[in-house]
Amino acid sequence: MSDDLDDLKRALDASVPTPDADKKAAAIALAMKNFDRAQESTDDTRQTSDRPAGGLFRGVRNMFANFSTRGVMGATTALAAVTLMAFIPTMQGHMPELPGTPVQQVKAPEPEYSGGGLLSVQSAGQGATSAPMMIARDAASADLATAPRPAPSQRKMAPANMYSGGAGNSGVLLSMPQAESMPIINDRPVMQEADTEAFPDADANPIKVTAEDPVSTFSIDVDTASWSILRNSLTGGVLPPEGSVRIEEMVNYFSYDYPAPDDGQAFASTVGVQQTPWNADTQLVHIALQGALPAERPPMNLVFLIDTSGSMNQPNKLPLLKQSFRLMLGQLSAEDSVSVVTYAGSAGRVLDPTPATERETILAALDNLRAGGGTAGQAGLQQAYSTAAEMAEEGEVSRVILATDGDFNIGINDPEELEKFIADKREDGTYLSVLGFGRGNLDDATMQSLAQFGNGMAAYIDTLAEAQKVLVDQLTGALVPIADDVKIQVEFNPATVAEYRLIGYETRALRREDFNNDAVDAGEIGAGHQVTALYEITPVGSPARLTDPLRYGETAAVSDSDELGFLRLRYKAPGEDESQLIEAPISADQAPLADAQFAAAIAGFGQLLRGSDYVTDWNFADAISLAQSARGEDTYGYRQEAVTLMRLAESLSR
Amino acid sequence: MNVTDEALAKAAAQGDRAAFSVLVERLYDRIFGLSFRLTGSRAEAEDLTQDICAALPTKLQSWRGDGKITTWLYRITVNASRDRFRRRATHAKAAEGWGDWELARQADINESAERADWLLEAMCALPEDLRETLALILDGQSQSDAAKVLDISEGTVAWRVSECKKRLKAIKEAEV
Repeated sequence: MSDDLDDLKRALDASVPTPDADKKAAAIALAMKNFDRAQESTDDTRQTSDRPAGGLFRGVRNMFANFSTRGVMGATTALAAVTLMAFIPTMQGHMPELPGTPVQQVKAPEPEYSGGGLLSVQSAGQGATSAPMMIARDAASADLATAPRPAPSQRKMAPANMYSGGAGNSGVLLSMPQAESMPIINDRPVMQEADTEAFPDADANPIKVTAEDPVSTFSIDVDTASWSILRNSLTGGVLPPEGSVRIEEMVNYFSYDYPAPDDGQAFASTVGVQQTPWNADTQLVHIALQGALPAERPPMNLVFLIDTSGSMNQPNKLPLLKQSFRLMLGQLSAEDSVSVVTYAGSAGRVLDPTPATERETILAALDNLRAGGGTAGQAGLQQAYSTAAEMAEEGEVSRVILATDGDFNIGINDPEELEKFIADKREDGTYLSVLGFGRGNLDDATMQSLAQFGNGMAAYIDTLAEAQKVLVDQLTGALVPIADDVKIQVEFNPATVAEYRLIGYETRALRREDFNNDAVDAGEIGAGHQVTALYEITPVGSPARLTDPLRYGETAAVSDSDELGFLRLRYKAPGEDESQLIEAPISADQAPLADAQFAAAIAGFGQLLRGSDYVTDWNFADAISLAQSARGEDTYGYRQEAVTLMRLAESLSR
Repeated sequence: MNVTDEALAKAAAQGDRAAFSVLVERLYDRIFGLSFRLTGSRAEAEDLTQDICAALPTKLQSWRGDGKITTWLYRITVNASRDRFRRRATHAKAAEGWGDWELARQADINESAERADWLLEAMCALPEDLRETLALILDGQSQSDAAKVLDISEGTVAWRVSECKKRLKAIKEAEV
């Protein structure tokens, strides 16, 4: 290509939109359907035509994608082709063996493309509103020809399954029996193509020199989505995208044996100091918050805002969502009420506020949900909030629970306006939590920021076990706030600490002056929640120091204190405007906290996944042995799962 | 990619469903990319791509198996887009300037955000043969591949490309 076209090419490349995942899925489903029909009509020797288009082929497709992009197998063409054949029986045990179709030259009739082209058109007398297009080559495509196509102006609004033949392809899943009989309680959900996923792009926190910048400020974070995404990636056979690894969320996924707060206190804060596992010459300052668990929780008004767009039409999305909410209903009582709003194409309330004990009504409403159409996120959100306002009564907690695969695009013209809207509602006392389902177009960044603005948590549900953890075991914590706008500020003592580094919390950094400004929003803590923050500090005089002291800079600090630093913590009681301050010194001889080793192992694991320079020659094997030794009682097996995932990551990273 | 598109296409033409599935998955974005470059509209490109995917199982039977599958597929895409433009032109005539055509045009104008920059606009102003050639070149096809897709000589492609440059320049200057 000539040089002066290069600029044009770049300009055009940049403006080519990413294919819409729904449209793509619909087109591919249609192609598969026509493929099956073509097989039926042209060849009866094969047994491939009547198999359901389940997760199997998606799985194979993914395997292909993963193999080829990750280079897990440096396979030749032939080997990969054999692999494809070999995997099919493994993945679907009851299936008859696939005929190993020999690859050979196709004896085909003359190509037809030179004549009338692909699409023969009936052009006369068609209005723009219904311009049927014939694909009249073959009886196989006959059903395509009969369905009217929406006009361009309507097309935007039309649900995906209005497309010719679309009803059939989305019907595949819809006609399947509902949740009870769908075995999706597996540890290995089929992973979708990571085609439109978006993760926040935050660099790891750098080393700070105490003499220059002694104060570190951040907002707490109780999300756990990052851990579930990581698990989903690893069990799918790939290392997680670096942007999806948020170390604070990984550490906070696990529960630790922290001291409980005194009566009347919202939470207890404790600090421990321990040796850094990946560096013998530095220390970890471990800050732990333990939220109070009220004996009785206030009645809750929950509005489920459920994404029923076409992309939710996968076993690990809408059906898993229904199962998850079914689990959660068991935890609610007669004082709690539930309402369901859906958004897809147009927003609608499918269940008016109903006491949570009317299980049959609620379950029937959930079972009636069908996926299809685009995503009208903003309208849905507005309707959910107005429903929540309707339900609100004094002393009750109102919360909108947004369940989506992250395809939250149509109808949001202005993300900032949406965030402002959510923030306003937060002021009115309605919180927002976000549950992510499925992979493929998970917009992790948007989920994060919505939950952050809505004072809620973002969790990612990939298995029913995760739903159990988030919506049953930790339901009260997830839904009943006990402290809002919790900010942490640590001032390090330059006389004792040469350098420090906050591990994780990259997306939660606050400015120093924000700490005392009550107008600045920060994270909330729910009942019983735990928050862990880790600083790696380099003591003065340590050989691990990465920066040299300045020769002409400020003279050494005048403080003669031997404290490492000073912890300040601000929070607001829910619904209040003024924050309260907690202060505590961090002394050098503080004992390590309970479970500190396990938290450190997870933090180290996260840094390995992010490719951090600071862990030097520490590796996955070290993380595994540290986590193993610190596993403790592990009643629910979460920590054992962590070790398993570390081992997977170790293998995949080779 | 470990398995070539061509090997997948052959297996698919033989009735291998899994191979076909992998193939469509791979090719969708490429067809969509070219369709967008040809039409300059996301909605048009989506429709075009869906039609091509839907017809692919049957079409595949007529693939001779020589050369790159993308060359063959791009030819199908170019032909399909030609049909689309012709159909539109027919509407335009039938509607005598107003009515349906105008409605469709207004809808297109509303999509202007997706219609990208002036390049796409300018490309729409080019005659069909030049636009197709430019779209293929800008999609990253070599001149020789583009020649195969369009079934014309390489010399003609080279001439068209330089003609495109001249005209784009003229359009640009006319705007300033």
